[in-house]
Amino acid sequence: MTAADMPPGRASDFPDEAGSRVLDSDGISRILGRIAHEILERAHGAQDLVILGIQTRGVPLARRIAARMADIEGVPIPVGSLDITMYRDDLSLRGARPLHATDVPVDGIDGRLVVLVDDVLFSGRTIRAALDALSDLGRPRAVQLAVLVDRGHRELPLRADYVGKNIPTSRDQAVRVRVVEVDGLDEVVVSG
Amino acid sequence: MSTHLLSAADLTRDEAVAILDTAAELARISGRTVKKLPTLRGRTVVNLFFEDSTRTRISFEAAAKRLSADVITFSAKGSSVSKGESLKDTALTLEAMGADAVIVRHGASGAPHRLAHSGWIDGVVVNAGDGTHEHPTQALLDAYTLRHHLADGEGALDGRRVVIVGDVLHSRVARSNVLLLRTLGAQVTLVAPPTLLPVGVEAWPCEISYDFDAALAGADAVMMLRVQAERMNAAYFPSTNEYSRRYGLDVRRASLLADGGIVMHPGPMNRGMEISAEVADGPRSVIVEQVTNGVHVRMAVLYRLLGAAEGPGASAEPTLSGSFEEAAS
Amino acid sequence: MTTHMVNVRPYGEEAVDITWRDGLIAAIAPAGTAVVSTGDDVLDGHGLIVLPGFVDLHTHLREPGREDAETIASGTASAALGGFTAVHAMANTNPVADTAGVVEQVWRRGVEAGHCDVHPVGAVTVGLQGERLAELGAMADSAARVRIFSDDGVCVSDPVLMRRALEYVKSFDGVIAQHAQDPRLTEGAQMNEGELSGVLGLRGWPAVAEEAIIARDLLLAQHVGSRVHICHLSTRGSVDIVRWAKERGVEVTAEVTPHHLILTEDLARTYDPRFKVNPPLRSADDVEAVREGLADGTIDVVATDHAPHAREDKDCEWAAGAFGMLGLETAFPVVMETMVGPGRLGWRAVADRMSEKPARIARLADQGRPIAVGEPATLVVVDPDARWTVDPSRSPSRSANTPFLEREMRGAVVHTVLRGRPTVIDGALA
Repeated sequence: MTAADMPPGRASDFPDEAGSRVLDSDGISRILGRIAHEILERAHGAQDLVILGIQTRGVPLARRIAARMADIEGVPIPVGSLDITMYRDDLSLRGARPLHATDVPVDGIDGRLVVLVDDVLFSGRTIRAALDALSDLGRPRAVQLAVLVDRGHRELPLRADYVGKNIPTSRDQAVRVRVVEVDGLDEVVVSG
Repeated sequence: MSTHLLSAADLTRDEAVAILDTAAELARISGRTVKKLPTLRGRTVVNLFFEDSTRTRISFEAAAKRLSADVITFSAKGSSVSKGESLKDTALTLEAMGADAVIVRHGASGAPHRLAHSGWIDGVVVNAGDGTHEHPTQALLDAYTLRHHLADGEGALDGRRVVIVGDVLHSRVARSNVLLLRTLGAQVTLVAPPTLLPVGVEAWPCEISYDFDAALAGADAVMMLRVQAERMNAAYFPSTNEYSRRYGLDVRRASLLADGGIVMHPGPMNRGMEISAEVADGPRSVIVEQVTNGVHVRMAVLYRLLGAAEGPGASAEPTLSGSFEEAAS
Repeated sequence: MTTHMVNVRPYGEEAVDITWRDGLIAAIAPAGTAVVSTGDDVLDGHGLIVLPGFVDLHTHLREPGREDAETIASGTASAALGGFTAVHAMANTNPVADTAGVVEQVWRRGVEAGHCDVHPVGAVTVGLQGERLAELGAMADSAARVRIFSDDGVCVSDPVLMRRALEYVKSFDGVIAQHAQDPRLTEGAQMNEGELSGVLGLRGWPAVAEEAIIARDLLLAQHVGSRVHICHLSTRGSVDIVRWAKERGVEVTAEVTPHHLILTEDLARTYDPRFKVNPPLRSADDVEAVREGLADGTIDVVATDHAPHAREDKDCEWAAGAFGMLGLETAFPVVMETMVGPGRLGWRAVADRMSEKPARIARLADQGRPIAVGEPATLVVVDPDARWTVDPSRSPSRSANTPFLEREMRGAVVHTVLRGRPTVIDGALA
């Protein structure tokens, strides 16, 4: 599917941006609900699940998914955050960025099924860094990945287990995910 | 952030807060079993210690190693440094070994400045204490400690009252702290006998007082500086007794602090001279914690300096190996 | 052999042709009227200013002992390029110039090199140790005919010793040149004591350490009826004290270095020992005060305190750096920029401060003379408007520790003539 095939959307609410909105608030909400169901289905329930959002926008998405799962199962689902800044491979290219919180739920990740949540899957380097960070935190029995958007152009042999929406893009396009907890509204915009 | 860290004055308020925030996050990481992070893998960090200082040297070594950097230490004893090889020749040797960062402690004020600006080396220079000039990472770990106790570990130190006491004339810790605390919005008072205050100290961004009790009343923190008894022989004060009586921190004086006020000391202490053993070991003392904080703060400094050294900083330009969103998140 | 220097303006006045023969000025005629015969030499003055050759009362030539930093030959070549026809070589060599033997050796080496006259300064105390007087009389009677005595580098701090020295030299019309620095107040000192030294963490050299010694010494000189000379004055307080003393008839003379006329302590912020000197660079107010003092004659002369140092003594951290700066080749442009350009000194006054007065203090009979028929043809031609950049690689000095590195200077020496023999022609060694 090319950019031309994508459903027409309104221009984003962010004034200086030229781009088209490919997901709105309702769309995102439906996707997160679907992903919550899929995770539970594959895991046959919530027994040893830990949901970890990758900083920064993966975190609110993870919390929402965990909340939906808690509604479905009737039990609280452990949820936390993972900051991968110190595990990046591009320090000399991009410079030292500020750190965000790594909050692992109280019972840890050893022997559990960890589901990483991120907003966009692109080259895969963020996920590689996240796996390294995870291995310094403990030894999960398995790790899965849920992303809101997969935009292609993988540079490493990694894939997501749960994908909200596949959006094929060209390299120089930009995909912006906005979440209400950080940006004041929910939307996904493609520009360029 | 500027390429080197030579003086506390090199840091803007935002930069200083960013270092403290980074250190705070790193402190949480150090609670884990695996304390190491791969961030500086492949980088070489050299500790160049012309002055003996086990404590600071080990702190920097630990900081660099926890970030997976390769660490080489030149210390004053047992190396060509002690045979009188010049600063320049030592620097050229390090450059030949490919040092990405040089952490230097030297007895001469301005030696790190010379290293950074002479063209002898290419890497980042961190001042670990130069003569009586500055000790910026000490000021950072002191600010971190103050922030932890007085500001819930967040933001800056606006309005907090800090009293610094002792041999200000010869103290690089005092100079760096006055600069950094002022940058972070704290109100600093220096207390010392007139002989131990430098000419021109009235122009420093702080208050001056000869009356320790008056300055302590209601202060949020008191920082005691080491005072060498030998200064007595150069007539800076008549005797160690008189010094301790007038400027030593004992239990009575410590009780003058505000509720929750803390006692700090950069170490090593002269117990009984500038600080009594009871206070050093007492409930308000955070002296041991300062040392722990030193490692995290130094990790943050290395991370931010080596990251800034080559990279364009938090650039918003998309690169091949990252999306626009990754840059923004 | 007759030489004509054509089209020059003595003291900046009317253009003339100066003719000399056998080292003495034979004729001075309006420009363009000199009669040039075959075999005569002609030096083109280009319409520039001619003054009596400069005399430096304070130079360090480092030989014997530190020939790696400078020799008498290299230092005097540098002096000639700076327009100097005579320099006074300070005694802090190795061995110290505290005997007739050493001063005669220095004097002879100067004659051999031939770039300018070298007048050795004799040490006041043996080995500069400040304990007992050196054989001042022997040095005065030697072939070097020493008249200026100084322990420069260190202060004659013992008041009794200073008194004796001041008294003793009266018998041969000598003068003690004091390096005013109270040693106890300046132990370990690195730079001027003030707000900046506190900020930079460099131990301070307080102005009072200079002023207190000056005050003591000129009172002593007055008391024993002797003259005294003060080296490298650097503070407002020192200028005020000397002015006060002169008003009371004390026979005191004083010198200021070019670097103290133009540079301030702010340069220490670089921690580059190129700017480390004794006495240290001072505040902007002190610089203004010494300019005023030089303008009104409170300060009698400009003296370079040319202090060459080997590279390793400056290529290091501040505390390890040696004290001292080069100065012979940059003295005139600094005076030009700080005094002549702003109108504080006219050309007659420049001649006074850089040639006539120094020669008088040193009791030199053949230097600092008027530009007149019958006088020695010992001259310097200067171009006040020339611009050039300091480049140590082009200097004959063996050292490179100039504070004016890569700085554009205003004013240049074009010709230097020593008793009729040009030592510098068109800015190059002859």
